[in-house]
Amino acid sequence: MVDVTWQEAEVGVQDVAERAKVLNRLRIGDVVFHRITKTAAVFVLVVLGGVIVSLFLGALPALQEFGFGFLTAQSWNPVTEKFGALAPIYGTVITSLIAMLIAVPFGLMIAMFLTELCPMWLRRPIGIAIELLAGIPSIIYGIWGLFVFAPFIQQYVQPPVIAAFENVPVLSTLFAGPPFGIGILTASLILAIMVLPFVTSISRDVFDAVPPVLKEAAYGLGWTQWEVWRYVVLPFTRVGVIGGVMLGLGRALGETMAVTFVIGNAHKISGSLFAPGTTISATIANEFTEAVGDLYTSSLIELGLILFFITFVVLAIARYLLLRINQRIA
Amino acid sequence: MNVAAAKLASVAASHLMEGSVQREKIAIRNLNFYYGESKALKGVSLPLYANKATAFIGPSGCGKSTLLRVLNRMYDLYPGQRAEGQVLFEGTDILDPGLDLNLLRARIGMVFQKPTPFPMSIYENIAFGIRLYEKLPKSELDGRVEQALQRGALWSEVKDKLSANGLSLSGGQQQRLCIARTVAVRPEVILFDEPCSALDPISTAKIEELIDELKVDYTIVIVTHNMQQAARVSEKTAFMYLGELIEFDDTNKIFTSPNDRRTQDYITGRFG
Amino acid sequence: MDASLYASRRRRNVFAAVASYAATFVGLIWLALVLGVLFWHGFGGLSLRVFTEMTPPPGAAGGLLNAIVGSLIMTTLALLIGAPIGILAGTYMAEYGRHTHLTSLVRFINDILLSAPSIVVGLFIYYVMVRPMGHFSGIAGAVVLSVLVVPVMVRTTEDMLTLVPDTLREAAASIGLPRSLMIRQIAYRAAKSGIITGLLLAIARISGETAPLLFTALNNQFYSTNLNSPMASLPSVIFQFALSPYKDWQDLAWTGALIITLAVLAMSIIARSLAGTRKAS
Repeated sequence: MVDVTWQEAEVGVQDVAERAKVLNRLRIGDVVFHRITKTAAVFVLVVLGGVIVSLFLGALPALQEFGFGFLTAQSWNPVTEKFGALAPIYGTVITSLIAMLIAVPFGLMIAMFLTELCPMWLRRPIGIAIELLAGIPSIIYGIWGLFVFAPFIQQYVQPPVIAAFENVPVLSTLFAGPPFGIGILTASLILAIMVLPFVTSISRDVFDAVPPVLKEAAYGLGWTQWEVWRYVVLPFTRVGVIGGVMLGLGRALGETMAVTFVIGNAHKISGSLFAPGTTISATIANEFTEAVGDLYTSSLIELGLILFFITFVVLAIARYLLLRINQRIA
Repeated sequence: MNVAAAKLASVAASHLMEGSVQREKIAIRNLNFYYGESKALKGVSLPLYANKATAFIGPSGCGKSTLLRVLNRMYDLYPGQRAEGQVLFEGTDILDPGLDLNLLRARIGMVFQKPTPFPMSIYENIAFGIRLYEKLPKSELDGRVEQALQRGALWSEVKDKLSANGLSLSGGQQQRLCIARTVAVRPEVILFDEPCSALDPISTAKIEELIDELKVDYTIVIVTHNMQQAARVSEKTAFMYLGELIEFDDTNKIFTSPNDRRTQDYITGRFG
Repeated sequence: MDASLYASRRRRNVFAAVASYAATFVGLIWLALVLGVLFWHGFGGLSLRVFTEMTPPPGAAGGLLNAIVGSLIMTTLALLIGAPIGILAGTYMAEYGRHTHLTSLVRFINDILLSAPSIVVGLFIYYVMVRPMGHFSGIAGAVVLSVLVVPVMVRTTEDMLTLVPDTLREAAASIGLPRSLMIRQIAYRAAKSGIITGLLLAIARISGETAPLLFTALNNQFYSTNLNSPMASLPSVIFQFALSPYKDWQDLAWTGALIITLAVLAMSIIARSLAGTRKAS
């Protein structure tokens, strides 16, 4: 037994030297790979930094020319080179707000349906169908909106609504004619359809993650399904739902193509929801390639900077909230 | 002593050492280990003898797995875990920060509690490790793969399906594949971390048989919470409790007449 | 028990149930409407000609060949540029720097970039590429799309690699496998189908992007594979044709829209079935 042991040891020593050589060679590859991956990670930060810096530099002429007045001026005149962001900002905020007002209740209801009421075999197909809505490129919504939805609204929805509220004090301004079809409300509706799947999908995920024991305790007390959802599930997941809503809001704020087709592109703030307007992204998309002159281009870039800033804040909040709910569930 | 202990004693007695040369393969000297601020191993010192099987036993949380994982510096993968002291392996201190860890792990292999075949074919699982260190022509590589699978007592069961995915095997087969994978790399020491706890009794028996055969060419260290297994498989046993080495001796001595009260209590099942 | 209170609770429950059924129904109706109309208008235009002829001047007949080719070229380039960067960054975050501050920061920034308005990314590339170059170009288009690919791949790669169990890594380490080899040959293999799913999702995402291309690659009436000059793409052509007053241009726009949607849907379905087989195994 002793002989065998010593023999093994001899072979072992030779082996070890060979291996040391191989592993030494591989060591450089190790270091290189580590460096490359770290560089790639840092690159992500560089990209964001690049976006912010280039937007800022590009907007500089306009920033210097208009200062803070840019945010409050409504005029948008390429000829006299007087530009103001009020109309686009207003359009962006209003369309997103209305879209969320519609999409959130719908999204929550659908999420509730999928997690509580839907028969098991239907859950996956319907869930997939809703997610398909999110996958459809926005330009498709744009042309659909322009050729199908807007004419429909123009013919069948706007005239009756305008007539109905004609003499009602506040609502008559809100829904004043003429019926263009395209306009703020139409754009908001299309945005709502686009944002719906986001709210639904995130809400559904957080609803599913509620510990069953919490719900069972409530059911055990004789609560109805609605009550369990409203008073157990919803409060528990509230933070996550808000996170999903903010994510949808972020998407709505930045949405370009769908809105560009149906918003009407008028640099005006009007009291009526049926009137045409514009959003930041629609303005940029429509006018950038024809913009002549440094100030014009720079103003458009400043619009982009404003949009980026708004969405950055919204997305950061969304992320923070979603992080909180994940920690809570874990 | 109660009935259970008596049974253990008779099994262990059949493992009487044949007064041969006891060469220290690994010498652990005053080892302390920390998970962050909390101390998991306190001043552990013990020898691990070449071509013998040493078992680490003790209740959950006593530090036996922690101790095992120091031997191939597996804890190095995780920040916040550190070891202090000295662990001499054939004269080199394993704890030396400048040590080539990959080389160390090629010489001290490990088999884990949960079988973890690589996401590749059975053949590739074995060949992968060999190819890392040696450039062999296909025929020689085939031979080495077969040899490893033979040592893992798996060859006859898989020789016709070497290209099947490693994950398609049963639990016991996967674990033998992992053992084959470990010996394919020709280590000097093999560490077993509760290798049978996820397996059924028949697979367990096969693997214990395997460990018995492997002792001839390798130094074995096995962590187990199954005392009968320790008695069956090992010549030396170390009993640990709350991060300290309580007693280290010949297996049959530990299980028949331990020196320490705590060892006695553990093997008689007073706690565990 | 108060009978009337119980009755009103029941009523509310029924109402809520009906409302949620209705909401789901409405949601699905929209999907059917959009897709239905798309097929209705676009399908008629689908013919061999669409794939073999160039975009025509108004009033003439033609196809979408240059647009399709342009989209394919820019999408492929975008993947070739963006995917490796994204995968490598995700690898760092999951393997080397799992609990570091750098990783937390990158994750945060990456999530922002993932959902940021793509038009802003277009402005960025306009400023750093188109302006210095002095003209629009296909390569700028490819780069802007690659910036959109990176966050998707970073997220997917980090998620998928984190799912790979540590025990597998330890098993690889235990035979002396160096870290980078363990990552490339074991971890990547284990996460392979997940990462491919991510790639498909990235392709689906950039296939429909229009806004950023408007001021980077612009558009091109003719067939061109020259990366240094403006390049046509399906989305830009759709944008131009749909907003025009010419009927045949509008028809082509619908057909183009259908082609993009079919491609995106196909990719989503493949990605989903890959994820499905992964869950099963």
